[in-house]
Amino acid sequence: MTSPLLRLTGINKSFGPIDVLHDISLEVNRGEVLCLLGDNGAGKSTLIKILSGVHKPTSGTMDMDSKSVAFDSPRDASDHGIATVHQFGGTFPLMSIGRSFFVGAEPTRRWGPLTIYDRKRANEIAVTEMRQLGITRIDDGDRLVGGLSGGERQALAIARAVHFGASVLILDEPTAALGVKEAAHVLRIVLQARRKGIAVIFITHNVVHALTVGDHFAVLIRGSKAADFRKGEKSREAITDLMAGGEQMAELEAEIESFSAADNGHAPQGASHA
Amino acid sequence: MTSQAHHQSAVAATAPPAPHSSMPSIGSLVRRPEVGSLIGMVAVLVFFSIFGGANFMSAGGAASWLNVASELGIIALPIGLLMIAGHLDLSVGSMVPASSMTIAILSGHYGLPIIVGILAALGLGLAVGFINGVLVIRTKVPSFVVTLATLFALAGLTLGLSVILSGSTSVALKSGPTAKLLFGDYLGGKFEVTLFWWIAAILIVGFILNFSRFGNWILAMGGDAVSARNAGIPTDRVTIALFMSSGLCASFVGMSQAILYNSAQVAAGQSFIFNSIIAVVIGGVLLTGGYGSVVGIVLGTLTFAIVNQGIFYTGFDANWASLIIGVLLLAAVLMNNTFRTMALTYAPRAKSRTR
Repeated sequence: MTSPLLRLTGINKSFGPIDVLHDISLEVNRGEVLCLLGDNGAGKSTLIKILSGVHKPTSGTMDMDSKSVAFDSPRDASDHGIATVHQFGGTFPLMSIGRSFFVGAEPTRRWGPLTIYDRKRANEIAVTEMRQLGITRIDDGDRLVGGLSGGERQALAIARAVHFGASVLILDEPTAALGVKEAAHVLRIVLQARRKGIAVIFITHNVVHALTVGDHFAVLIRGSKAADFRKGEKSREAITDLMAGGEQMAELEAEIESFSAADNGHAPQGASHA
Repeated sequence: MTSQAHHQSAVAATAPPAPHSSMPSIGSLVRRPEVGSLIGMVAVLVFFSIFGGANFMSAGGAASWLNVASELGIIALPIGLLMIAGHLDLSVGSMVPASSMTIAILSGHYGLPIIVGILAALGLGLAVGFINGVLVIRTKVPSFVVTLATLFALAGLTLGLSVILSGSTSVALKSGPTAKLLFGDYLGGKFEVTLFWWIAAILIVGFILNFSRFGNWILAMGGDAVSARNAGIPTDRVTIALFMSSGLCASFVGMSQAILYNSAQVAAGQSFIFNSIIAVVIGGVLLTGGYGSVVGIVLGTLTFAIVNQGIFYTGFDANWASLIIGVLLLAAVLMNNTFRTMALTYAPRAKSRTR
């Protein structure tokens, strides 16, 4: 366990003249949650796209298990055990849970001379895997994915990644569009995935969520890694300030403070009648 | 609802994680997307049975709309698959006459064996489908535009070549008894043999969509093409295969029409463009892709054919048929939306109420 599962060294990425990522080095270990924090436009999505094989880095190297890797396509990355789950689950709302779970890797069985899609087995496995992640409401794999809540869709996508043996699970803002309860559930699932020894890369700009599940944190600011620290090394306020780029946040808070004080904590008069 | 919940909990008690497959409850039946199309078809059937009199319900009446349904249905099935995958194919409107003219010119005008004409016609369909598919995946131009272009190009090509080769826009075709029996005969003097080809096509397409991996790929592509490709689905190959199947089916209909009517015209078949789309949409397929069923497509085709032919059995002026179809299309889409929404609501069962 001395060598990290995934190591990025000096990753640079530019699109034409625009440098998006600058000299990013990261390590991700098995059974650990790495929280990737950063404001909008900090380069988080570009970094995810490099990890998941959508983009190739302009320079820099990636190693998995101390072996150098380069991904030609998202398919290539997922063959290496890197699974990416997007904000809305990246699933198909009008497909059944079973079909969506096994898309591209459908289980089959013989039926006379024909090889057919094994709907019953697909549904059973999908439902069982989701139950293991604590989604007990789902008991019918024929139901459509669109009938699931946002958190359940995340769970479906994570269950899928786990089932297909992902060793690195990239979660792109999984809690951003969720309510408080649903977000808590997804965070619990993240911890369950970690317990299975999966390396989780958790992208968020919600510091509270990050602190709840993270073991290791990296903050991106304008394409560079501004901080890299372990759990407990920095306070929540310090992280928020870092993400917002330092002092601006304190200034903004002071501004809000003075605004609220001037209007006794209410909106300015007249606004309510508008 | 309570009895249903009771039934569910009983099932859940015996085998917790296993999804129940054998006995669908009434609730899940209502959530079947085909219910909307079924209601629509029954409604028009009842309507025309009442207003169409005894003739509509006779064998001859049934044949008149089943014949229309079978020709349209053979084209509507692959069009439905394409639409589920998020594509359209308008070029079938030119493919039908192009195929008719191919067989008529080769086997009628030049007197080649009928099998040559049949194979050439079907081969042309596959080729046009292949071109459509390649153009769509290479240019990334929406298939609506690509197939609109091939629709016109093929129509022009058919007209131009027909006049050059045969000097006419209408060519006679005499085919032997075997070809006649297989593709262009009437059973009992009323029912076209195309009906059996349609049934065969329903079985094949039904198998593909519901029981093959390929079917899952079609659904996934229509749902989200990028995710589908990332999941390892060969989306380019699937797209080309689907366009080739619609080309093949359209050319089959053109070819069998030529054998049935013993002649081919340059300007026949344009009605298939919209009629196939109408049948598929009435059948509950989502125009934007990702959703649809073969049962729905078949029901939509039957509905269209009943309205189209049923009007002649009523005392109404046949000119009103298009009005009925227009209204029906709108009503069907709204009803299908409702049933789709119902299918999407995952009724919280058993324990949810305590949560």
